[in-house]
Amino acid sequence: MKKKILPRLSSLLCLSSAFLLAGCDWALFDPKGTVGAQEKSLILTSTYAMLLVVVPVIVLTLLFAWQYRHSNTSAEYLPKWSHSNKIEVVIWVVPSLIILFLAVLTYQTCHSLDPYRPLEEEANVKPIHVEVVALDWKWLFIYPDEGIATVNQLAFPVNTPVDFRITSDAVMNSFFIPQLGSQIYAMAGMQTQLHLVANTAGNYLGESANFSGRGFSDMRFRALALSNDDYAAWVQKVKAASEQLDNSNYSKLAAPSEANPVEYFSHAEPGLFDQIVAKYNNGMVMDKSTGKMLHVQSAMSDMNMKE
Amino acid sequence: MLGKLSWSDIPIDVPILVGTFAGAAIAGLAVLGLITYYGKWGYLWKEWFTSVDHKRLGVMYIVLALVALFRGFADAIMMRSQLALAYAGNPGYLPPHHYDQIFSAHGTIMIFFMAMAFMTGLMNVIVPLQIGARDVAFPFLNSLSFWMTTISFVLINVSLFIGEFSQCGWLAYPPLSEQQFSPGVGVDYYIWAVQLSGVGTLLTGVNFFTTIVKMRAPGMTYMKMPVFTWTIFCTSVLIMLSFPILTVALGLLGLDRYLGMHFFTNDGGGNQMLYLSVIWGWGHPEVYILVLPAFGAFSEITQTFSRKPLFGYNTMVYATCSIMVLSMVVWLHHFFTMGAGANVNTFFGVMTMIIAIPTGVKIFNWLFTMYKGRVEFHATMYWVIGFMITFTIGGMTGVMLAIPAADFVLHNSLFVIAHFHNVIIGGVYFGYVAAMNFWFPKAFGFKLNEAWGKRAFWLWFVGFYFAFMPLYVLGFEGMTRRMNHYDNPEWYPWLLVAEAGAVMIALGIVCQLTQLYVSIRDRNLAENRDLTGDPWNARTLEWSTSSPPPFYNFAVVPAVHDLDAFAHNKEAGIDTRAAGSNYQPIHMPKNTAAGFSIGVFSLILGFAAVWWIWWLAAVGLIGVIATVIARSSNNDVDYYVPASEVARIENEHTRNLLAAQAAE
Repeated sequence: MKKKILPRLSSLLCLSSAFLLAGCDWALFDPKGTVGAQEKSLILTSTYAMLLVVVPVIVLTLLFAWQYRHSNTSAEYLPKWSHSNKIEVVIWVVPSLIILFLAVLTYQTCHSLDPYRPLEEEANVKPIHVEVVALDWKWLFIYPDEGIATVNQLAFPVNTPVDFRITSDAVMNSFFIPQLGSQIYAMAGMQTQLHLVANTAGNYLGESANFSGRGFSDMRFRALALSNDDYAAWVQKVKAASEQLDNSNYSKLAAPSEANPVEYFSHAEPGLFDQIVAKYNNGMVMDKSTGKMLHVQSAMSDMNMKE
Repeated sequence: MLGKLSWSDIPIDVPILVGTFAGAAIAGLAVLGLITYYGKWGYLWKEWFTSVDHKRLGVMYIVLALVALFRGFADAIMMRSQLALAYAGNPGYLPPHHYDQIFSAHGTIMIFFMAMAFMTGLMNVIVPLQIGARDVAFPFLNSLSFWMTTISFVLINVSLFIGEFSQCGWLAYPPLSEQQFSPGVGVDYYIWAVQLSGVGTLLTGVNFFTTIVKMRAPGMTYMKMPVFTWTIFCTSVLIMLSFPILTVALGLLGLDRYLGMHFFTNDGGGNQMLYLSVIWGWGHPEVYILVLPAFGAFSEITQTFSRKPLFGYNTMVYATCSIMVLSMVVWLHHFFTMGAGANVNTFFGVMTMIIAIPTGVKIFNWLFTMYKGRVEFHATMYWVIGFMITFTIGGMTGVMLAIPAADFVLHNSLFVIAHFHNVIIGGVYFGYVAAMNFWFPKAFGFKLNEAWGKRAFWLWFVGFYFAFMPLYVLGFEGMTRRMNHYDNPEWYPWLLVAEAGAVMIALGIVCQLTQLYVSIRDRNLAENRDLTGDPWNARTLEWSTSSPPPFYNFAVVPAVHDLDAFAHNKEAGIDTRAAGSNYQPIHMPKNTAAGFSIGVFSLILGFAAVWWIWWLAAVGLIGVIATVIARSSNNDVDYYVPASEVARIENEHTRNLLAAQAAE
């Protein structure tokens, strides 16, 4: 019996690792940035650690059930046996050790992959700032440094960290580019932060990971990771657009729309993101770098406010 | 006069709903007609609807759960079919308005009315018998709990044909579920159905906690309690701790919607994350409320069919209790992605994975219960072994999700859907079905057909892997949950496989129904009848009385000397029934229509409140209060079964026992 088990066990192990590695064209196993790459290796490491106990459990289940089947009268039968200190120690200690390992891994990765933490790996490159607003049912991207804005298309240079500030001017969504890594919620009246980077140029799927209503399924965008030259050209293309985004036409953009096409705005009103956050907070918005509350004056402050 | 309700709220323009309504109406009329034809209304009313007998209520709970399973599964296969079609520009056959209602209803119904009702039914049937009690502590409250659950399920199904259901997912996250974004009545149906059923569940928790604490047979100390009773004890504690949180969460959401308050709105100082925190403060313990009783059932079944006592009983009890405590401190893992700090995420992540330790220990305990035993491959054991394999995988993916940095890419993807179906089908549902197969002869006096039971198992087991393993892959491919259509060619084949799995599960359900039909048809065959009350040579007290048990359960309350009291008595040659002794009159509760009445008035209240028909809501509320007053001022609620009647019933069972022994 024992002789048969070992090959069976090893073939099971191979199968399961094949299962994980074969998925190299699956989005999460084909990351295009350091954040995603670290998350991929975290998923694989934790899976392997757990397989150390999962595979034996599954094998033993089948083995014990078969070996001690009722018809196998040659197997040992201990009708009173129900306790063994040795076994109890092993079954508490082994899972505990694996969880201890995972707990340490959790602590480390919670800090190293904290979405709010600027990316160290690319510390020498000046990051790009993008302000993200989740609307019903589209994504607004404001580039405060460039003074431009887009809808449902995000672009940034490769190997350059992108610092996102994220909010919502509708219901809750979750800002997610699977091949780049972490997602984070977009919530009205609040700002969240996310730091991502792409190390390979490409055109990646971006989506909302939190159900937001009727138009949710089409609330997708493309994330374009471009070479520096291509990015500069892209900025010029947006700057050449005829549309501008300011208080007067923002509410038209914010009105619910489904499967919204890509839109370019050659000019975005400065402070628009802060105004969107502030209008739910009696005109107050927190400056995340200093932690101070600022009062934002704008025509928008009274919009949507229920007294 | 009719509040918001108007003719336009009847969805006669949606063919699927009209068809469903026609089908439901025809089936309903057929059932009503058959009951009338056979003149069973009086029987149903006297023996079932007004019954306070925990065994009858348990059976009715499980019938409710099976109906809910049917409805919930119909939703599930519609969703799978939509996603198998809605690819590359094809909109599928369910527009978002309908599709969003379906996934919201699927989750709500499966958790609150399938799983919760099934679990409550099982504990009703088994726990008082297992601890040697004659009923629960509060028999009338038990009946009330059942009717509150039932009318809530009715209210959800009313939303199919009058108005609409919630389109905000099974937990109705604000601000989407607020008046501003969901002005229809769907969320109100959701709030009222869940709130009213929550009353029933909370009372059940109180009832069974009290029953287990106060009504155990003499000699049954806590560490001699059967494991199933231990798990129900822990589940009852969790219900008492967590259901009030749910009530508050939905109460505040209701205040936002009905009175324009701002607990969870975007503006006016509301905070949506407060709702997430509160609702998951209930939602995570709820998972363990469901799965602990399944663990208890697996323990009883494994030891019975391995022909030896459970390995590591003490460990099992400690593991169960530590899961109970830990389950209250992990809720934040449902929203790691809200942007909490690294230390907060670490705490909740680590607490979550610590739960894997006692859970893993339990699995090992079942393993070593089979070890050096004589494992009988009864149909019930199939579900146990299927569970151990499937649940282990589900546990592993659960720990992956508990690592916050991994959750950042897996959160809200189909990976999460695969994970919780893996533990809820592979753990909760397999456990409940195993328990139903195991305890069925106790409740009805005949066994369930094994061949059909095994067919059902294989279809469910294989169907599960086909339906949900692709969802893990889709999660890795970045597909998020609750999508209505998509255009990613990599997702399409996996969704077709998942659809095939759903079809297999449908066939599994057909096999289960066939199993019930065949078993009832062949109930009088000698090999199916259980005359002894102990068809499996089992270990705990519920098997010491007849099948089905007399309404008073035990003529003489058994004395307990050891763990697995019945096994001990059988070995020591003690007659647990104390047959032929000098029987005493037995104090029993009288049946009452008060639970039914409060239920019906609550249904009126809920329906009226959904539609803002305030005069009707007042009628419902006054009806509830009047019934409570009438019931409270009624002192004629109990009676004594004369000793001669007890002797007659017991002697008949003794004759059956002797005949069965002679036949062997």
